[in-house]
Amino acid sequence: MESFDALTLARIQFAFTVSFHIIFPAFTIGLASYLAVLNALWLRTVQGAYLDLFNYWKKIFAVAFGMGVVSGIVMSYQIGTNWSVWSDKVGPVLGPLMGYEVLSAFFLEAGFLGVMLFGRERVGPKLHFLATLMVALGTFMSAFWILSVNSWMQTPAGYAINEAGQFIATDWWAVIFNPSFPYRLVHMLLAAYLTTALVVGAVGALHLLRNRANPAARIMFSMAMWMAAVVAPLQIAAGDFHGLNTLEHQPAKVAAMEGHFDTHAGAPLILFGIPNAAEGRIDYQVSIPYLGSLILTHQWDGVVRGLNEWPADQRPPVGIVFWSFRIMVGIGFAMLGLGAWGLWLRYRRRLYDAPWLHRAAIAMGPSGFVAVLAGWITTEVGRQPWTVYGLLTTAQSASRIDAAAVGASLLAFIIVYFILFGAGTFYILRLMNAAPHSHESGLAPGQPIRAAGIMPAPAMAAKDALPTAEKEPVS
Amino acid sequence: MTLDLPLIWAGLIAFAVLAYVILDGFDLGVGILFPLVRGERHRDEMMNSVAPVWDGNETWLVLGGGGLFAVFPLAFAIIMPALYAPIMAMLLGLVFRGVAFEFRWKTRRGQFLWDWAFAGGSILAGFAQGVALGALVQGIPVEGRAYAGGWWDWLTPFSLLTGVALTVGYGLLGATWLILKTEGHVQRRAYDIAFIAAPATILLIGLVSLWTPFLNTVYATRWFGWPHVLLAIPVPLAVLGVSYVLLRGLTERRELSPFLASLALFVLCFIGLGVSFFPHIVPNSVTIWAAAAPDNSLTFLLVGAAVLIPLILAYTAYAYWVFRGKVNSVGGYH
Repeated sequence: MESFDALTLARIQFAFTVSFHIIFPAFTIGLASYLAVLNALWLRTVQGAYLDLFNYWKKIFAVAFGMGVVSGIVMSYQIGTNWSVWSDKVGPVLGPLMGYEVLSAFFLEAGFLGVMLFGRERVGPKLHFLATLMVALGTFMSAFWILSVNSWMQTPAGYAINEAGQFIATDWWAVIFNPSFPYRLVHMLLAAYLTTALVVGAVGALHLLRNRANPAARIMFSMAMWMAAVVAPLQIAAGDFHGLNTLEHQPAKVAAMEGHFDTHAGAPLILFGIPNAAEGRIDYQVSIPYLGSLILTHQWDGVVRGLNEWPADQRPPVGIVFWSFRIMVGIGFAMLGLGAWGLWLRYRRRLYDAPWLHRAAIAMGPSGFVAVLAGWITTEVGRQPWTVYGLLTTAQSASRIDAAAVGASLLAFIIVYFILFGAGTFYILRLMNAAPHSHESGLAPGQPIRAAGIMPAPAMAAKDALPTAEKEPVS
Repeated sequence: MTLDLPLIWAGLIAFAVLAYVILDGFDLGVGILFPLVRGERHRDEMMNSVAPVWDGNETWLVLGGGGLFAVFPLAFAIIMPALYAPIMAMLLGLVFRGVAFEFRWKTRRGQFLWDWAFAGGSILAGFAQGVALGALVQGIPVEGRAYAGGWWDWLTPFSLLTGVALTVGYGLLGATWLILKTEGHVQRRAYDIAFIAAPATILLIGLVSLWTPFLNTVYATRWFGWPHVLLAIPVPLAVLGVSYVLLRGLTERRELSPFLASLALFVLCFIGLGVSFFPHIVPNSVTIWAAAAPDNSLTFLLVGAAVLIPLILAYTAYAYWVFRGKVNSVGGYH
């Protein structure tokens, strides 16, 4: 089949593996901060419920973090196997940034993770809290560098091109803090926080439905609803700023998101419709006149450029971008609604006594992941046909590999990922299904001491294990 | 004074790869030996002996690969597509065994499945790394700035031999590690296995070493040409000396010296590879300097590496120090 050439297969493979990967960081970035907050609250209030919650989510964090790491290792090699021309050309600029990601963040997270998971009794509560903070900082640093790399490809800056055709850095500051980076970083971090809040809220709601007196369930549900109420509006605002930044640097992407084929002044806001790329119009559209211009240009008759201004081979695929954008925005407003509902019931003092709110929160539990994926699909498909925007096309970036090789490895990844990450998700759901109880243990019974890193951490863990080992009958 | 940044970085990346091979080597080896030791309690003991350190070990792989991309993007862009199939197989193997560490403790009914995932993933990853190494050593056709061969080029009798050699070698590292870290039944089994794996590894090293100079004349010159031979000849002599220490340590039932001797064998083989490769990074076509990114990229990352790599080494050493001693099946150290 003509369309299933090596390039298409390589794109599908990258989309598949990166989509699987982003699910885990989106969750662990938020969860690491949540664990730090729980730890701080426990230190301040000495309420056992906070410690129980910390131990409860810690076990879930460990599994999700592990899956994030292994799926991330795949990404770091895949850029070479499938996208070797891209690697050669952007390596001098993006390689050091990714190098810093590995060096600082990976080792910081992995280094202190062991202390966080196993070391409280050994290092004392203060140092243990520091380790928890360092893990949270590590996840942030990971996000910082990776989003800087991605943003540079969307809005390249601070570079020159050498005689070998490689991008080289002329100004590292401009490379790292490229024009779209601050917006993307804020938007993604808020997304991670919201995603985690909704998962925590759903788990809290589930256990409230079963027993509305469970103190740990009440705490996590309340905290999650506060997060939804506060962060959802912030995220909508951040998304708007990010959209305006995209309009400035990647107007074709915005045109695809909005479904505008023709340039016009006073453009409508298209709510729904079926994009018809062949005819260059949106069929069955439901739109609000002038609102598109008002949102994008902050003037009711502002000019909004349509896709027809770009040659056909420089337009992103409209259908995917149009829909993924609407899914993301729709979920964002649903989160806003959930947060507002929670605020209202809290004001009425019925937050823990509202089965329909709890059911809604459970239903919304996975929505953060859907929104994150939809958002990334919008920005990544929307920048097509480019990998480095306006400078290097996706087609030019790919390795010259036989379609059979890419197809075979794609198939292997699909099978393996569904088996392994399916099992991992099952184990996580099983942990979530168990109610948090007082004196929650930090480790699954029988689980060995392992550091998920190395470092002083396991060290502490080993000492922890000493008394246990001594109690065992000598064999 | 100007620093030869590409050379410094080649040394750092070679160090990261060596660190990966010897560190992940023994924990892959423990996985490779899983099918040879029966009984869930004994397997718990084996897994616990590497559980605290394995993913720190694997981080060096990311550092090696990520470093190659950052510092020698051209080499990364040529080597990765050339080794496509073995790299993909290695990644899948590592994913399987990596999650097995977590999942094996989450289920009783499914435990045997994760035992198989751990063993199968370790064997696949070790074998694929050996094949990748062989494919690299036998040479990669390059045209312009890209790999110019087919996607089956990696598969030759030579690369299959290196695949077997590395798998057996990892098995030896794993067995001698278990001798050091365990007691009783598992340790006795580890001695039995090491008695077979040690001579097998030495034999395979000999075969690969004899075959390599015949792959092309450049290797032959580097090994046998004057004055290279003066630098090259101590390597095989040292291999013989270390082999003696290894076999003697095993017959005398020593606990530490077989592991150290096995590590030394790997270090010597790595030095031997260095003799064959230098100054090329893609054998016989691209030199270290041709593949390097511009100096400002190398400097930018070197600043961070100079601070962080010593820190990483320090806490790695500390972690191993704290985890010294024997392990038992419930995860404790005593």
